[in-house]
Amino acid sequence: MINQLSWKVGGQQGEGIDSAGETLATVLNRQGYFLFGYRHFSSRIKGGHSNTKIRISTAPTSSISDDLDILVAFDQETIDLNAYELIDGGVILADAKFNPTVPEGIKAHLIAVPLTKIAEEVGMAQMKNMVAVGASVALLGISVESFREVLTDRFAKKGQQVIDKNMDAITRGIEFVKTEISNLSIQDFTLAPSDGKKRLYMIGNDAIAFGAVAGGARLMAAYPITPSSEIMEYLIRRLPEFGGTVVQTEDEIAAITMTIGANYGGVRTLTASAGPGLSLMTEAIGLAGMTEQPCVIIDTQRGGPSTGLPTKQEQSDILAMLYSTHGEIPKIVIAPSSVEECFYDTIEAFNLAEEYQCPVIIVTDLALSLGKQTVEPLDYSKIEIRRGKLVTDEEELPELENSELFPRYGFSEDGISRRVLPGKKHGLHHVTGVEHNETGRPFEGAVNRKKMMDKRLSKLNNLSFPNPIHADTRHEDADILIVGVNSTYGTIQEAMSRLEADGLKVNHAHVRQLMPFPTNLLKEQMEKAKKVIVVENNATGQLTSLIKMNVGMAEKLVHVGKYDGNPFLPMEIYKECKELLVHGNV
Amino acid sequence: MATFKEFRNKVKPNWCPGCGDFTVLASMQRAFANLGKEPEEVAIVSGIGCSGRIAGYVNSYGFHGVHGRSLPIAQGLKLANRDLTVVASGGDGDGFAIGMGHTVHAIRRNVDITYIVMDNQIYGLTKGQTSPRSEMGFKTKSTPNGSIEAAISPMEMALTVGAGFVAQTVSSDLKGMTAIIEAGIKHKGFSLINVYSPCVTYNKINTYDWFKQNLTSLDEIEGYDPSNRGQAMQTLMEHSGLVTGIIYQNTERPSYEELIKGYKEEPLVKQDINLTEEQFDRLISEFA
Ligand SMILES: Cc1ncc(C[n+]2csc(CCOP(=O)(O)OP(=O)(O)O)c2C)c(N)n1
Ligand code: SF4
Ligand SMILES: [Mg+2]
Repeated sequence: MINQLSWKVGGQQGEGIDSAGETLATVLNRQGYFLFGYRHFSSRIKGGHSNTKIRISTAPTSSISDDLDILVAFDQETIDLNAYELIDGGVILADAKFNPTVPEGIKAHLIAVPLTKIAEEVGMAQMKNMVAVGASVALLGISVESFREVLTDRFAKKGQQVIDKNMDAITRGIEFVKTEISNLSIQDFTLAPSDGKKRLYMIGNDAIAFGAVAGGARLMAAYPITPSSEIMEYLIRRLPEFGGTVVQTEDEIAAITMTIGANYGGVRTLTASAGPGLSLMTEAIGLAGMTEQPCVIIDTQRGGPSTGLPTKQEQSDILAMLYSTHGEIPKIVIAPSSVEECFYDTIEAFNLAEEYQCPVIIVTDLALSLGKQTVEPLDYSKIEIRRGKLVTDEEELPELENSELFPRYGFSEDGISRRVLPGKKHGLHHVTGVEHNETGRPFEGAVNRKKMMDKRLSKLNNLSFPNPIHADTRHEDADILIVGVNSTYGTIQEAMSRLEADGLKVNHAHVRQLMPFPTNLLKEQMEKAKKVIVVENNATGQLTSLIKMNVGMAEKLVHVGKYDGNPFLPMEIYKECKELLVHGNV
Repeated sequence: MATFKEFRNKVKPNWCPGCGDFTVLASMQRAFANLGKEPEEVAIVSGIGCSGRIAGYVNSYGFHGVHGRSLPIAQGLKLANRDLTVVASGGDGDGFAIGMGHTVHAIRRNVDITYIVMDNQIYGLTKGQTSPRSEMGFKTKSTPNGSIEAAISPMEMALTVGAGFVAQTVSSDLKGMTAIIEAGIKHKGFSLINVYSPCVTYNKINTYDWFKQNLTSLDEIEGYDPSNRGQAMQTLMEHSGLVTGIIYQNTERPSYEELIKGYKEEPLVKQDINLTEEQFDRLISEFA
């Protein structure tokens, strides 16, 4: 029996790959195993190689693995592209229909399973993915009965017959492979028992969307784009129960300005996009900053520039997100590093946006937004809604006489003014993106201008956000500090434990608050290390530059980039660090 | 009930003397008063341009945003608080050049707001460049040899993309304009009102006199029926778009708000945003 393994299913997009992975993973998650997934897909609907890789473990895991134990292949291309990942003695379960072969030099067992044929016998060729699930289950040693509940949940609407047929397909897959392997001497892939605890299984985008509902968002305005669309799709399903809705706008400029308008109206509203959409939003983000409107923007990073690699992993929007708006505004940028954090950080983003009356960007990357992982149950009691200096009680407002206006931009010690929503008799004020006075009237006077700039820019001086960095820094005199952001958290942790096993002293700091930059916290950690390795999915070292600019210590910084569209593997980080220690005169 | 004077504030408009936008301002204030609105019930969202300053000249809530984006801001505001009377406004460049995409889609979407375009066929604020409303051959600073692009016909365009309320008026007609703005606000759904609002400084062709000579009031066309879309289109074509009055109104088309699933009569902004534990558990079960 084994405690962890990696499983992958691949084929042409549209062949039911997602659904095969989903079915198997849901069953395993419900049984208490820990899962971590990554979807490799192309920017087209039908055709094009696509695969889902899932790591299955009896202990918490937050990274994909370097290698692969079981590969399920619907075509030869899947074998040719992925077999190199297989461990020696790994297994390929391939559809007999295409006469699969194993590439030279690969020491894996090939089991040709008549996936399509069995599926046709059961009733439908499309069900070959369920036969493939069955074939895998035969190796993993879990019971077929555990699938009934999941299939019932999924196909309840389609009727008992569909459920039975799918069960049949799985059973026949199991039977076929069981007979085959009884004659082969292959390694034992039977999973050790799990702890049986109930946990959730979700992608980052699910957590953000659910977090938005929990955080009081009732409107969303967005334009579809990979890898953010799941957020709007979830909310359009769920918001009507709460009186709200999603508007699919004509473009991202409309999405962000509608978001600003709705927040001005007093409803917590968000928009979500990826790099191309964020680029279109920049002028309006400045408007939100200038007019002190709260608004929450989600940026799910993908491969750029331009249309770039729309379905691939990258972390290359960092500097654009922080600095692309013209002029100077207060802005908060938060980078969750796990699905769980996506949930709590989104709720917090709505609070911060209202407390500080400024735009808040939640940034993720494709691997975090779309990677499905096991999540500990989310905690209702941690949900908190704080609306800052919003005046909710009209009685509080002094009467306005003689067409006076409410000082919506009144100066105050912390730079934050009282905020009134349209509709209040004694709250009348003006809002403009032009420089203005305390009531919002356009006013270009030099003294006022400076005061207003200082007021807006000082608002974040007292910002308190929980854990601006995650610091796993056990050594006071580390050989290296690895710094990362977003989805690389688990991968760095895994590389780190291998380096530690080699006798190296390694610390890890993961940046969660990109703006304002947690300079002092990071500096403290950097001082404890001889070298600082910044691991990021981009070519030019954007996080590295940010650290250089804010913290300094340029001589210690080393940028380790990956920008081929794929997430880092633990082995890659391990190797880079080793190399640096050998050749880098640490 | 507020009088039109209560919709005035103390800010002196920075428009040139004689600018058509003054009458638009006065008509808006009268229309709000005639409809029995209070200043706090009205929000004006405007774009950037000479015309865009109008939001700051009405004693009501006002949002002066960025160039070309008054419509999405206004729609967001209306969806947040459906009790507000939301009026978007701006210039012809704002609505038919940089913001044209939003204009077309706001018409399609049909959120219950009113859009007033102050159409002077030129860019006023940036000191006299051509606009998509400038006629072919129109000479400006940016078209010294005359415009070589066709002018857009906003009223015909609005009809083709499914507008439920299309009207046009002119700044010299305070009474007529006031009545049209009232009708536009009362209309359930999106209403587009194009106002010929002469720029006395940069447009020496399309002057008050020019409009007097060239505009035809729909009142003068016998048997004109604003519920007849075909007739509306034909009339616009026959008059090169130079008509005033309510060109088309469809009282049957439901507004966006009426079609949103689960959208309540009570404004969204007034609803409780806290999830109950029962709701939380129900939502989370999807991910188990
Ligand atoms: C994104 C952007 N581009 C350009 C400008 C400059 N600009 C301000 S108003 C304007 C056009 C004004 O014309 P119109 O909308 O017809 O308004 P008018 O001044 O004629 O009332 C332009 C080009 C701007 N403010 N923002
Ligand atoms: S430049 Fe033209 S549009 Fe602008 S205020 Fe003067 S007259 Fe009016
Ligand atoms: Mg103009």
